[in-house]
Amino acid sequence: MRLTQGCFSFLPDLTDAQIRAQAQYCIDNGWAVNIEFTDDPHPRNTYWEMWGLPMFDIKDAAAVMMELAECRRAYGDRYIRLSGFDSSHGWESVKLSFLVNRPSEEPGFRLVRQEAEGRNVRYTTQAYVTDRPEGKRYG
Amino acid sequence: MAETIRSYGHPGITDPLSCERSGGGGPSATLSAVANQPALGLPTEFIDLARELTEAGVEEVLTELDDELIGLAPVKTRIREIAALLLVERVRRKLGLSSEPPTLHMSFTGNPGTGKTTVALRMADILHRLGFVRKGHLISVTRDDLVGQYIGHTAPKTKEILKRAMGGVLFIDEAYYLYRAENERDYGQEAIEILLQVMENQREDLVVILAGYAGPMEKFFRSNPGFRSRIAHHIDFPDYADGELLAIGELILAKQNYKLSDSGREALAHYITARKQQPHFSNARSIRNALDRARLRQANRIVRSAANLKITAKDLMTIDAPDLLASRVFGQDATANSPLSDETESTFD
Repeated sequence: MRLTQGCFSFLPDLTDAQIRAQAQYCIDNGWAVNIEFTDDPHPRNTYWEMWGLPMFDIKDAAAVMMELAECRRAYGDRYIRLSGFDSSHGWESVKLSFLVNRPSEEPGFRLVRQEAEGRNVRYTTQAYVTDRPEGKRYG
Repeated sequence: MAETIRSYGHPGITDPLSCERSGGGGPSATLSAVANQPALGLPTEFIDLARELTEAGVEEVLTELDDELIGLAPVKTRIREIAALLLVERVRRKLGLSSEPPTLHMSFTGNPGTGKTTVALRMADILHRLGFVRKGHLISVTRDDLVGQYIGHTAPKTKEILKRAMGGVLFIDEAYYLYRAENERDYGQEAIEILLQVMENQREDLVVILAGYAGPMEKFFRSNPGFRSRIAHHIDFPDYADGELLAIGELILAKQNYKLSDSGREALAHYITARKQQPHFSNARSIRNALDRARLRQANRIVRSAANLKITAKDLMTIDAPDLLASRVFGQDATANSPLSDETESTFD
């Protein structure tokens, strides 16, 4: 199951040239560009690991692409996303976020039905990969 | 060779396809367009290099360079050559004559105060206008900014600087400090390795300019042959002649809305001759410092005489001979022999 989230989730995966253009767009707007990675694909998992520090003092997307290449080398088997954080007063939030890397195989989610009191049923989703411990989930 | 020829037929310039698309008179026009072209499919019309030059705005930068920087004839010639090469490269690229991106890393050697940093700033501007760096900013660093304090500190520090410099020019002042031959555990080596790697692999992302005094730089290159081969342009900055230093002095003053009186000019010329004999002479920088001290003395003189005289705007603008002649460079033999240069002294009388 192909995981989608963030901006451009309805599009095919972005090429490196497209990623670079989006990163440059963030920089030109004065947003700090962040690279984050995780191996827990659950949509409610919002806190991903950061790769290095937020890049707020760069001028060119080449720097982002360099870091991304290194992150892929180390964690190429995980999800990696790129986000642009707007620190200006009143916003102070992520303005843009999209996936830039995904594992070669994505097993998807299982639906768990919990029978509760009466005839109630509680539904929850669980990623198949999270059965295994962190760091050993993909590949 | 076959590969290069194939790449000549780059679409979109004046190939028959684009002719057809523009509807230039149907199939017969397309045919004649093909017939007129040489076998390689290159456009035959003349290329207007002069227009390219004005379009890029390089001429402006070069003229500015000529006007605002005095002397430095060999440096200016070299920069013109580089600019010409880049311009031709740009035109070739437009025509689809593919070639490797030129290596633009440079090394500036010369004595202190000969304008290495100033020229580096201009270089960033020229490269930006010609489209060889995308942003055209200059990040000026020294050893402290690149080399860390402890194991594992250097790599992130150097990378951080490199990231900031991407799309622009990285200017490493006194680059020979990066390598310390006497200490084999020095972290400078690590910084050098990362630098070399990025200089080689990301040539289109950033331009590195190394600067330093001629002697130590020569030693630095000898112990790091990798650096020398990755740097295409070695530019040597000559010392200034007396007349050039005088002109620089006047330019500095003019920028700050001061001017020299006739006797003041003479005094400055004397000052330059005398100062050159003393240790720690650093060309234009020494002149700037001398003029800064002359301004202090001038202010002092005006304030003292304010009680008896009416002060005009002209008085406030003029540096006179006494302001310069009061310098310790003149006269006192005791100070002339002292190892302390007048720059290191904070007193000025």
